[in-house]
This record gives sequence, structure tokens and C-alpha cells, in this order.
Amino acid sequence: MTTATSHAESPGLWVLAWRRFRHDRVGLVSFDIVLFFVALMAASWTGLIASDWAREVGVSNAPPTFTGPKVASARLEHAAAPEPLRRDKSDESAAVDPLAGVLAEIRASRPPAAADTEIVDPLADVLAEIRGRSGSASADETRAATLIFGGDKWGRDVLKKTIKGTETSMFVGLAAAALAALLGTVFGALAGYYGRWIDDFFNWFYSVFTSIPYLLLILSIAAVLNQKGTMTVILILGLTGWTGIFRLIRAEYMKHKVREYVQAADAIGASHMRRMFVHIFPNVSHVVLVQLSLHVVLFIKSEVVLSFLGFGVGVDTVSWGSMLNEAQTELLLGNWWQLAAATAAMAMLVTAFGLLTDAWRDALDPKLK
Amino acid sequence: MKPVHDILVSIRDLRVSFRLDRTTAFEAVKGIGFDIPVDSTVALVGESGSGKSVTALAILGLLPKENSTLGPDSRILYRDRNLLQLAHGEMRKLRGCDISMIFQEPMSSLNPLFTVGFQLIEVLAEHVGLGSRQARTRAIELLREVGIPEPETKIDAYPFQLSGGQQQRVMIAMAIACEPKLLIADEPTTALDVTIQKQILDLIAEVQKRRRMSVLFITHDLAVVGEIADHVVVMRDGEIREQGPVQRIFEAPQDSYTQALLLCRPQLARRPRRLPVIDDFLNRAPAAAPDAPERSRGLRGDEAIVIEVRHLGKSFYSREGLFGKREFKAVSDVSFKLAKGKTLGLVGESGSGKTTVGLTVMRLHEASSGQVLFEGKDLLAMPPGVAMQYKRRIQIVFQNPYSSLNPRFTIGQILMEPMQIHRLGSDEQERRNMADALLEKVGLPGTSFFKYPHEFSGGQRQRIAIARCLTMKPDVLICDESVSALDVSVQAQVLNLLQDLQDEYGMSYIFISHDLAVVKYMADQVMVMNEGEIVEIANSDEIYLRPQHPYTKKLLSSIPRGWRGPRESPIAPG
Repeated sequence: MTTATSHAESPGLWVLAWRRFRHDRVGLVSFDIVLFFVALMAASWTGLIASDWAREVGVSNAPPTFTGPKVASARLEHAAAPEPLRRDKSDESAAVDPLAGVLAEIRASRPPAAADTEIVDPLADVLAEIRGRSGSASADETRAATLIFGGDKWGRDVLKKTIKGTETSMFVGLAAAALAALLGTVFGALAGYYGRWIDDFFNWFYSVFTSIPYLLLILSIAAVLNQKGTMTVILILGLTGWTGIFRLIRAEYMKHKVREYVQAADAIGASHMRRMFVHIFPNVSHVVLVQLSLHVVLFIKSEVVLSFLGFGVGVDTVSWGSMLNEAQTELLLGNWWQLAAATAAMAMLVTAFGLLTDAWRDALDPKLK
Repeated sequence: MKPVHDILVSIRDLRVSFRLDRTTAFEAVKGIGFDIPVDSTVALVGESGSGKSVTALAILGLLPKENSTLGPDSRILYRDRNLLQLAHGEMRKLRGCDISMIFQEPMSSLNPLFTVGFQLIEVLAEHVGLGSRQARTRAIELLREVGIPEPETKIDAYPFQLSGGQQQRVMIAMAIACEPKLLIADEPTTALDVTIQKQILDLIAEVQKRRRMSVLFITHDLAVVGEIADHVVVMRDGEIREQGPVQRIFEAPQDSYTQALLLCRPQLARRPRRLPVIDDFLNRAPAAAPDAPERSRGLRGDEAIVIEVRHLGKSFYSREGLFGKREFKAVSDVSFKLAKGKTLGLVGESGSGKTTVGLTVMRLHEASSGQVLFEGKDLLAMPPGVAMQYKRRIQIVFQNPYSSLNPRFTIGQILMEPMQIHRLGSDEQERRNMADALLEKVGLPGTSFFKYPHEFSGGQRQRIAIARCLTMKPDVLICDESVSALDVSVQAQVLNLLQDLQDEYGMSYIFISHDLAVVKYMADQVMVMNEGEIVEIANSDEIYLRPQHPYTKKLLSSIPRGWRGPRESPIAPG
């Protein structure tokens, strides 16, 4: 060492790992992609971009600009064609309706107060609030015939929806993975370190959790929590996802607790908690990190599945899963862009995150070198 | 001596370097050359990192292809064929038949899933081409030759059913199955107890004589070399320091490093006040005169007693069946007294319970029975909170300096932590000063404070571990095989340090070791343990001169004694 650096801290595990990581080109590119998504999430969170995602800026199902407006106008005409059928409301009674007699009878039997006009739209307030929040004016402003990446059924910009969906999906993935890692690490540390009946207890707990089919477990927790929303999804995923991490951390603690450095810590009088979290934890933290990023990927996908099945985020939020859910019906009409946008964004992030995890594992595990 | 004109293997200008990363390479072997004559044993001696194992792997063609490179002029001639240029298939054929190898760890060299017979027969079928019945008969013969009792039944045993010594015998049987011309033995006895080591050494010597093959014996232990080798090659840092017939190496070593290796080891016959260390020889500093006053050891009987252990017992339980459990007595009925400022040596083979005694005395293991009286109070009966105050005063230095320091802590953190826990020193600055003083005391630079353990060598790490104990100013230091994992030259330095500290602070040591020479050097009183019980306890000069118990006698007679003059008759079968 030179004199200039003799008082500097020597490279620890993380610095050495970072040096190894810098040579991993695939890892670096993945890291950049993940950073980009994180930046996107942050920007969307703070309202810098895509805050007006709910504005209905285009015509219904506006196609992407690069497919050309021709298709768009043809589609519009097609959509407008059936309208004359319903134009004249007064003709309705004139048409031969086989059920007209029955309907009249039913209407007559009802009390007059319960007229059709009095039925209240239960979502009206919510919708008004959403519209108000997103600052969209009424529908009569001019709508674009095409949007860059197309629009959805209500004419909302798919690009902005995807960005907003990125925010939701990534936040769910990160927060749920953090929760699962926290639970798995604490349970695993306690079980692996103390052994005996504490280990037995957590193993029973683990066995019960893993013996229930995963989707059913998720559905049952969703039923217990009984409300939709981002926090619910995070809780569902976090509370069910800790099992794998628990097993790994438990094994690591069992391995480390008999190491001599832990015995040495005992000899100098360090308490159990100190041995567990000050001495052993830094030695297994790389395992936690790798598990954490693996679970981020897993939970992003799980959120998509949950939202697709309808147990995911609420109607007033958009995530990749809810976009895919909408895309089901759109695809029947040949409107593929919402599906493509959500899938592309998810595939890119998940692949990059997976490769990044691999790179981290290589960098952090000196045995592989 | 053997006629030297018939050379089996000759190594010329062997250079091996390993690529560490993109830019740096490490030259492990720097252009060495030596010959292995027919029908003789050549010992390759060196400390860790000397390149001796790399040389062996190069002969076998087992160097990792992806990151090792050989020098352009390197040649390993085996009967006029250059092994380094043989085709892969040819080399493979040669490796099983003409050249074979036994490794250090018999436990991990045998596949635990197959019987030893299966593994032996596999070798015979592959290389000799025997049918299955013939191969089985031959395997039994081989097992008998290497001294396995009841080879007809042992052939169907799994490796875990054999003892460590028997496993090494099986490995030797596999190695000699195809009548090799050259047997490479890489530290074959390092992992074994001293009594087993003697048996294996005798066996290798005997097999070598009978089959008239050549043996390349790789070891760090010169005492073993003196017993078995005809020629000695001393290596250090990838270079050959000296080579020659065993008699000349031992009686008139030319090289300063060889001289150092010979004298750094504690010897049974002498006990200098300070062990010579390698730097004394390399710097040509005036070495201690051979007639310097020796340190006298032993107890007079009127010393103050620090620790008195009474009827200590420790049992482990393993589950058996659904509800039953089996008791295994690791230590039973051990009683001894530790005098102030003195050293109690604790010797025994693996599994004798000596480490368990050490860990139980300081409550790292819970004792099953007995008392440990420290200043008249029973440590084992104290509630944990009270015991904390006493815990500080009994400290332990572990065997493996690579695992006893937390790799994620800097040396500063390692040294400051005990002081913080026990609130020694009034503030951080004072603790920092104490840590710096201790680093200086154990001979490490002050800059070590910010470094991590992986930046230090084994000997330096052991010094750090000792410094960590000293932060708590203990009265008793338990050294559990504390120098066993260290190289010979480093061993001497650490032993000197321990002795200096005892002289200065008046600490008492419990010195646990399987190495009888080291214990003889360090201990005032020696306690011999076997299968959890004390066999004999006496002053150290007494026990080495006049052992009473047959086990002690057996243990002492197994110590390799190095060169003891020309060997006329072949070594008797063990």
C-alpha cells in the first residue's frame, strides 16, 4: 500500500464484488436497464411523467401511429356504422318486440318511484373524481385519430398507461420482495440459530404454508383482507412468498453458527442477538440480496397474474396485469398494442432483472470465481 | 544408497503460472528441475505456497487447463517421453497405470456411495482389464497387502465404516492396483493422527521396497522426510532451495532456508528460551548459540491455582429410533488444576475429547456434570449474567485462523468489539489507543486497523486472534491447536509470541495440541487424554522421559524423529 491510501478503508466484500461486477458486460447492461425502469418508476411516482395517463386523448382504440391512420378511419367507420339502429329512441316501442307485453306488465307492477331514470350509477362519483384528478375535460375536446403506441378502449394513451403500470408493478414487486425477504430472514435466522423447538415451530409453520396450493393460498388471503388495492397485493405476495427465503437463510445460519468466528464472538461475550445479526448476518447478506432480486422478478410476474385474474390492484390504478386483462377483449377485435406494450415492458424488466441477479450472484460468491 | 544412473522421471525447467484475472498472473513454479530415480523415494518439502503440489499436478497432467500456462521450455521426461506434450488419451492411460496418486484427505477421495470393493474393482477392470471374479480376488489380495484386517469382509464395507487410517490404506491399495512405476503421495499423513501416521509411513515404505517403484512424497514435515526419503528437494516460493541425498540435507544443509526449517521446529531433546525463526537464518542474523541456556519447565507444587476442574463430564446425545437416544461420552470424569503463570499441555488423538474439555471449561459448551472452580467459585453453576464477568477472563485462540475471524469485520472492529461489550476503556479514543498498542505488541503494523482478515496470512491472522483475546486482559488463555494449521516457520513465531506474552502478563495457558513436540516445548505439565478420559498427567520432562501408561508410550514412540543416521535394514512392516 502506498502512504497516500494507507489510512483509507481496505476493500470489503461489497467493494470487491463491485470490482468483479464491473467486468460483467451482460450484468452491466441489465443493471442499466433496471436503473432505467427504476428511474421511470420514480419519475412517474413524483408526477413528472404520465400523471395524466387517465386522460382520454385519442379516439376509442386509437391505433399506433406507425400502422397509419387509414386503418384507423376504416375502423372508426366500422364502429360508427351500427349507430343508426339505436338513434331513434321513439321507434323502440314500434318495433315488434315479443316481450313487450311482459315488460309492460312488469313495469306496471313496479311502484312508480322506481323508474329507470332513478337508478344511480355506483361508480359515478369515483369516475368523476378520477376525471377531476387527471384534469381531463369533458369528452367534447378534439381527439387524436392515432397515438404513438395506440390507445385503449377509452382512448387513453397506452404508452402513458404502460409507464404508470411500471410504477405500480415495480412498486408491488419491490415492496413485496422486501417484505418476504424480511420475514424469511428473521424467521430463518431464529430457526437456524436457535435450533431445537424454535426450529421445529418455524418448520411446522413453513410446512403448513407450503402444503396449501399457492393460488388457493393467495385467494384465501385475498378473501380475508377483503379489499382491493396495491397494499393488499403487496401483503398477499409478501406473506406467502417468504418460505423459500426462510429455507435458505435457515440453512446458512445452521452452517455459520458452528463456525469458529461465532464461537469466538461467544467467547468475548457477545449476546445471541449480536451474534445473529451483527456477526452472522453480514456473512449471509449476499444470499439475502440475491433472493431479494429473484423475488422481485417473481412477484412482478405474480402481480400480473393476480391482476389478470382480477384479484390484483383496484380499478382506479393501472398495472401491467390490469392492462393484460383489458387486452383479452381487445385482442378479439385485433387491437394488439396494449398487449404488446405491457408484455414488452414486463419482459424487458424481468429478463434484465434476472440477468442482473445472476451477475450479482457471480460477483458476490467468491467460490464460483 | 541407490544407484542414481537409472532415472525414471526427470523434470527440467518446469514453469507454471496461473492467471488470476485479466491482467495479472502468478508464477507458482519458477523453472525447477530434479530427477526421480528408479526404486527410490524422493521427498518434495516446502511450506504452503511453495509450489510442491503444483509440481505433482503437472507430472500427472492435472493442472486446470483454463487458467494455467506452462513455460515453453518446460519438460517432464518419463522414460524419454515428454509428459507435457502427450495426447490427452495417452496421458490418461499413463495416469491410471504407470503413475498414480494418493491424496491428503482419504475421506473425500473415496466416493461415499460405493463400497471400497466396488471402487477397487473399477480401477482393476478399467486399467488391467480383469474380469469381475478375478478382479474381486485381486482386490482382496491388495487389501491384504495394505494391511486391512479381514479383507474378505471389509471389501464390502462403505468408506464411512472404515477408520481414517483404513481409508488411507484403501487409497494406497487403489493407487498400487495397476503396479505403477511412480506413486505420488501428496501429504498422505497430514490429516491422520500420529499413531496412524506412523503405520501409513511404514506401509508406504514397505510397498515401495517390495514393488521396487519410485515414490514422490510431498510434505511440509521434515521429521517425516527423515524417516522415509532417499532424496530431498526443498522448495520455497516456486524455487528449489536445495536438493540432495537425505543424509546431506539433514547433516550438512547448505541453504539457509533448509537450516531454518530444520531448527524452527521444536525438538523433543532441547528447549531453547526462544525458538529460532526463519528470518534469523535468511538475514544471517546471529542465531542463538546451541549452548544457550534452556528454559526449565515443570511445577514445584506450591504454585497458586487459577482453575480447578473437578469431575468434568460432557455427553452428546443422538436420537435413536422414535423416542430413544444414545449417549456418547465425549469427556468423562476429568479433573485437573491449572497453576498461575504456567502452561498445561493437553495431548491426545482426534476424538479424545481434548477440545471438548477446553470449550466446556469456558462454557462455550454446556457441561453435563462436574465443577470448574475459578477463584473458588463454580463457573458452571453460575447464572449466565454473573458468568459474563468471568467469561472475559478466560479466552480461547482457535485452531483455524481462517475461520475464527469474522471476514466482514475490519481488524479494528474485531479488536474494539470485546472492549465495547465489556465497557473497557472510558471512550472510543482510549479503546482505539489500546487496540493500536495491542497490534504493536503482536507485531502487526498500525495500518492493519482498517484492513480485513483476508488481507493477512495465516500467521498474521493468528496474531490478530491473540490480540483480540488480549483486549480483555484474560487470566487464562486456552490455545486449541492454535499453531497446528500454520507453516513451520510461522509456527515458531507464534509460539515465541505466546511465550513472550506469558512472561510479560503471567497468564496461564491450557495448550491443546496433537503435536507432541510443540507441547513438550510449551508445557510445564502434560495431560494425556484418550477416549474422553485422562490417561496420565505429569510434569512435561517427566512424562517424555518416563511415560507410565502404555498409551502414552505408544503415542511417544510414534512421533516422527527425523533423520537418525543411515538406515541399513529395510523398515520392518508395521
